[in-house]
Amino acid sequence: MSEEKIRLLNQLDRRSFLTLCAQISAALGMSSAMVPKIAEAIEKAARRPSVVWLHFQECTGDSEAFIRSTSPSTAELVLDILSIDYHETIMAAAGDQAEENLKKAITENRGKYIAICEGALPTATPPGPAGKKGDYLTIGGRTGLDIAKEVCGGAFAVICVGNCSSYGGVQAQRPNPTGAMGVGEALGISTVNIPGCPHNPVNSIATVVNYLLLGSLPALDKHGRPKFAYEKRIHDQCTRRAHFDAGQFVQEWGSEEAKKGYCLYKMGCKGPQTYHNCNIVRYNDHTGWPIGAGHGCVGCSEPAFWDRMSPFYGRLEGVEVPFGGVEATADKIGMTLVGAAGVGAAVHAAYTMGKKRSDDDKGGEDK
Amino acid sequence: MGTKVVIDPVTRIEGHLRIEVEVENGKVKDAWSTGTMFRGFEIFLKDRDPRDAWYITQRVCGVCTTMHALTSVIAVENAIGIQVPDNARLIRNLMLGAQYLHDHIVHFYHLHALDWVDVVSALSADPKKTADLAYAVNPHGARSGAGDFKAVQDRVKAFVNSGQLGPFDNAYWGHPAYKLPPEANLMAVSHYLDALALQAKAMRLHAIFGGKNPHPQSYVVGGMTCVQDLTPDRLAEFLFICKEVVDFANNVYIPDVMAVAPFYKEWAGIGAGLPNYLAYGMMPANTGNDPKNLYFPRGIVANRELGKVIPLDEKKIVEHVSRSFYEGDGALHPSAGETKPYFTGIDTNAKYSWLKSPRYDDMPMEVGPLARMLVGYASGHKEIKEAVDGALKQLGLPATILFSTLGRTAARALETKVVAGKITSWLDELLANIKRGNMETWTKFEMPESASGYGMSEAPRGALGHWIEIKNKKIHNYQLVVPTTWNGSPRDKKGQRGAFEEALIGTPIHDPKKPLEILRTIHSFDPCLACSVHVIDPRTNEIYETKVC
Repeated sequence: MSEEKIRLLNQLDRRSFLTLCAQISAALGMSSAMVPKIAEAIEKAARRPSVVWLHFQECTGDSEAFIRSTSPSTAELVLDILSIDYHETIMAAAGDQAEENLKKAITENRGKYIAICEGALPTATPPGPAGKKGDYLTIGGRTGLDIAKEVCGGAFAVICVGNCSSYGGVQAQRPNPTGAMGVGEALGISTVNIPGCPHNPVNSIATVVNYLLLGSLPALDKHGRPKFAYEKRIHDQCTRRAHFDAGQFVQEWGSEEAKKGYCLYKMGCKGPQTYHNCNIVRYNDHTGWPIGAGHGCVGCSEPAFWDRMSPFYGRLEGVEVPFGGVEATADKIGMTLVGAAGVGAAVHAAYTMGKKRSDDDKGGEDK
Repeated sequence: MGTKVVIDPVTRIEGHLRIEVEVENGKVKDAWSTGTMFRGFEIFLKDRDPRDAWYITQRVCGVCTTMHALTSVIAVENAIGIQVPDNARLIRNLMLGAQYLHDHIVHFYHLHALDWVDVVSALSADPKKTADLAYAVNPHGARSGAGDFKAVQDRVKAFVNSGQLGPFDNAYWGHPAYKLPPEANLMAVSHYLDALALQAKAMRLHAIFGGKNPHPQSYVVGGMTCVQDLTPDRLAEFLFICKEVVDFANNVYIPDVMAVAPFYKEWAGIGAGLPNYLAYGMMPANTGNDPKNLYFPRGIVANRELGKVIPLDEKKIVEHVSRSFYEGDGALHPSAGETKPYFTGIDTNAKYSWLKSPRYDDMPMEVGPLARMLVGYASGHKEIKEAVDGALKQLGLPATILFSTLGRTAARALETKVVAGKITSWLDELLANIKRGNMETWTKFEMPESASGYGMSEAPRGALGHWIEIKNKKIHNYQLVVPTTWNGSPRDKKGQRGAFEEALIGTPIHDPKKPLEILRTIHSFDPCLACSVHVIDPRTNEIYETKVC
């Protein structure tokens, strides 16, 4: 991997560069004394690593999120840090020429390029005389599944950005009509997952940089998520946590309690079951995050959150509300997620997550 | 029989699109547009809490991210019969306005410009002459000195010399259809990079009131949750970022479009396409749900007659399936449709797309910035008329040039100018409300046992409608008819082409192996395919009649 390290061209201005290094060291949990070493390592690198970015069943929200990066800027990422050899949303080439670029990238850099996946893979077979497995998505006449197998198979690492490529996402929720799966599950491979809806670019970039600097991927949790970003619970680091502890809750949008920034647990916040660093790094250059905007967390970094965390305005069950509150436990508070729908969702989620990784032809039909 | 040309994938768009054309004597004789991906939104919306619909449908598109959220809450509010507080109207307008400023700038520079701008040619530009050109185009432009352009040129040279061309590899550079001089190319490349930085900052506007972008998270049925952000510091943050974005729109984006256009005047006679234009309108100027309140008006311009606007009758919208991958050849209203999927593979003589074909009063329609500008123009909208007439005068061209690929691209810039001129007035209104002590952001409601309704608004790429039916307080049926389904639709039962297809007819093709000209016209629509595909259930063969937007 040493010859494949990052190269930052001379044009990257020094201040921005050191900001990047500082952010990397913070994201990776290193001390600020590491900043000069990180800078040195990056500057020594020779050739920009090849990135092949694939789009499957997706909304392009994760590409959009990625280009909201500010330190480093998108121009620095595209021109100076990475070699983004295939990315349908930004590439100049189209059609045959685009296909040629993909072929070239995965042939010339076999075993060295990073595959970044956005979107889920449909694995079911559409009805009709010509339907075959995976036909819910074709690009250049090939199914998404075929393309994913080929491209991910030759990559050094597969990084899944967003909940869709990580776990199937929005289209995989009940009843999952297209048999949508995360890339890891669909192909039976291990992937680095950077979930979120969309993911936070700070986390994808920190993951790539970890690889560039150390030649390895960051430590992952049981859901394939880098621990540096997904080890801590929203609820434990929430800016509104003190209000939860004091039993101060918002019970109606726009209310006096909402104006005071009280806890959103009773409005359906899923922070107590969600592991993500959005309250620390925030979004869009630290401008905000959902709970800051007065809306509960919906748990978008969690597998199958569309089923497990919904209805989005229903209260989580089993959360102990501390002293000082008006109620003793969450179970006594009105509606919970326990209804028939909630149980169904939990069962579905457990099944999805526990499903044996295989490449057989079951698709979504068995769900 | 002419030469068959297929572009798959069409890049620099949202989603997965395939375009096939037949070229004869150097011109496009016929064209077929195919959507190649679908997901199934309608199926999983069924039986959901109607309050969750905005969050789910927002994931239809991460480019027009805020649009589905907004249209969904409008649909549910329409169904249950409530009106949101004035502050919620204003915050929604501010977020929508920010979306337009961002989306149109990104579309022009990052999705469309490389159809007109030759990056390789920029390497041979004279930076001093480029600075002179930039000054002539707009004396107020920032980062426009010879040194600035030299730095960009050096950076691009170093990039090219690295031998790793990344996203700029293997494009149509050097194609004879590129007409700009090297200096104009260098100026455009420089602004491409400036716009990359600007767009990231611009979307902080969503994060102020929505917590994040893409997919802001402060919508709720009945209003907005961000009451804590109605503070002087947050409003000031919004105002000053907004001013920077407006400045870029007025002093970089719009002048660039006006500077590039004269080199491509022949494209004012190419790509006209359909003669009918539809706009649902958007951005309510006053409290209340009356469509007459919309700042961008609702209506139809038919047969390119700018003398009158036909009022929209929602009941006249139907969708055809005769050339789509569904059984039969029916044409039904979005709230009543039922179809069965029937995947045949692509056969341009029969069925060839997962997109249905929406039609209004049996006519195919174009939607998008051009449609909104034409409907506004024909409605006598003051700011729209001023923007359109001013641009035509500057270019010395008649209004008929609007009906073209160039007109579509220019209309997007003119619309940006109108939004840029309006957006801060909503901030003023919001501030006035706060000064009066009005902090209301949400209207209380009871979810009815059953109700039905629809919401209409405008995504940057065109008219967007959601239809909802509620039973037992849950979603019984939910449907979306989205912009790129109108524009990218296949033929209907009568054989009438969709807007993309019609616009390609007659397009000159210099080299069928490098069909740059096709990309120009297709990109002028700003396609968003994720939004356009239908939803089906493969196990029951039921189709839930919505385009997954």
